[in-house]
Amino acid sequence: MTATVLAPAPAPVGERKPAARPRHAALRWAVRAASLATALLLWQWLTAADVTAWVRFDRLPTPLEVADQFGRLLGDPAYYLDIAQSLVRILTGFALAGLAGIAAGVAVARSWLLSDLLQPLFEVIRPIPAIALVPVAILLFPRNEQGIVFITFTAAFFPILVSTRHAVRALPTVWEDAVRTMGGGRWRVLAGVVLPGALPGVLGGLSVGMGVSWICVISAEMISGDFGVGYRTWHAYTIVDYPAVLVGMVTIGILGWATSAAVELAGRRVTRWLPARRLGGAR
Amino acid sequence: MNARTGLALRVDDVALAHGGDPVVRGLTLEVRPGEVFVVVGPSGCGKSTLLRGLAGLLPVAAGSMRADDVAVTGPSPDRALMFQDDALLPWRTARRNVELPMAIRRVPRRERRARAESWLARVGLDGQEHRLPAQLSGGMRQRVQLARTLAGEPRAILMDEPFGALDAQTRGAMQRLLVDVLRTTPATVVFVTHDVDEGLFLGDRVAVLGAGGIETLVDVPHPRDAATRGTPLIRAARREILEALGAPETDLRSVPC
Repeated sequence: MTATVLAPAPAPVGERKPAARPRHAALRWAVRAASLATALLLWQWLTAADVTAWVRFDRLPTPLEVADQFGRLLGDPAYYLDIAQSLVRILTGFALAGLAGIAAGVAVARSWLLSDLLQPLFEVIRPIPAIALVPVAILLFPRNEQGIVFITFTAAFFPILVSTRHAVRALPTVWEDAVRTMGGGRWRVLAGVVLPGALPGVLGGLSVGMGVSWICVISAEMISGDFGVGYRTWHAYTIVDYPAVLVGMVTIGILGWATSAAVELAGRRVTRWLPARRLGGAR
Repeated sequence: MNARTGLALRVDDVALAHGGDPVVRGLTLEVRPGEVFVVVGPSGCGKSTLLRGLAGLLPVAAGSMRADDVAVTGPSPDRALMFQDDALLPWRTARRNVELPMAIRRVPRRERRARAESWLARVGLDGQEHRLPAQLSGGMRQRVQLARTLAGEPRAILMDEPFGALDAQTRGAMQRLLVDVLRTTPATVVFVTHDVDEGLFLGDRVAVLGAGGIETLVDVPHPRDAATRGTPLIRAARREILEALGAPETDLRSVPC
């Protein structure tokens, strides 16, 4: 009986595969590699030939000198200690900012009372650059370490807060209505609709927050650190060790890129349901 | 199946508002347990508002709204609402969407999985359990939503133009599927539609909702029997409804409220 009344189901929307074809992908990777290699070659030529045309390259270390210094530091345990120190600071600050930013964003978007209580505070504090809070951090926290984490936290908090607030406000009401008419309560709506639904927007904030965190952790270390990549880079500058300064910068670049990529990757994993992502097209 | 019965819904001189002026006022109607009660009417007459009120999503501004003589004060799993489109949670697979009302009712995981799979098979979607809503066509998504609505074993199903976004052929298939599925559930159905023929095919009674409440109530002869389509009895009922809408033989959508 059941089967006979069913018309054939319409053909499902085809599963869309990522657009990049293998040959195309190989070509694009080649272009990316060539871009980096060209920049390095240009740098080598400018510095080795001591080019001075208004901008002076005669005192800038060559990539080979930098690579040499890099190789030396890779064998130095202190280098890894600095990296670990910076990573602990940034990850602590970022994790706290993630929790607080998402919680505050949801609260502000869902409750008029909390919005009126918190929003004016946030809007006044938000324009202050986190790095300008160094004096406040020194006054507030008994230890330097906590001050640096605080600055990293403040830097990441606001992008996460703002993106969460917007994402929660933009949620279609039909999902919440559906869960409520199934008997779902406040916590079910929060955990089952609001958080997963807002996640794509929140991820944008996490991505931005991670970038700003690096800027602030390095700056804070330069101003008041005893360890860390930022401190080490500034220290190298004060003792006129330019190759070490550049190694510090390269290190910051690689760490920043790796952490941002980790956030992106984690984000893509948890938002695999998004239709737009399925269309592929790597950037 | 089970001993559950359909809810009796009683709406008495009710006004409903979305914040400002009431969209619906002075509305009185009674839905008998287990029947399919169809509400037709042009856009803006408050058909959806009425359903949201019955679902408990919209507080009653005046009058009384009761389900089995208990005042409706908020949403309840006994009164499920089925939406036109896009009400599936897009991050949940078809099966996990159907499991949702059972998860809310704390049905054990193993049991809800089995029941969700059997519901999906009932609506003709076996083998599609692991697809996400974005990977399904509009008709398939409504099948999943139908399965999800019924999986919660509601005593009343409130359907808000559930097939309104589908093409004519898919809509016909969905109507036949709905008739077939409703045979095994005791639930009362309130079905809102634009489409008079859909109402005449599905309903026990068809109510025409206008600015002044229910204007006409038509008992459908031989409800849910496809063989009666086009017979004089049905044609008379159709004419009565269209006249109540104030526009015989014209497009319903263009009729002012």
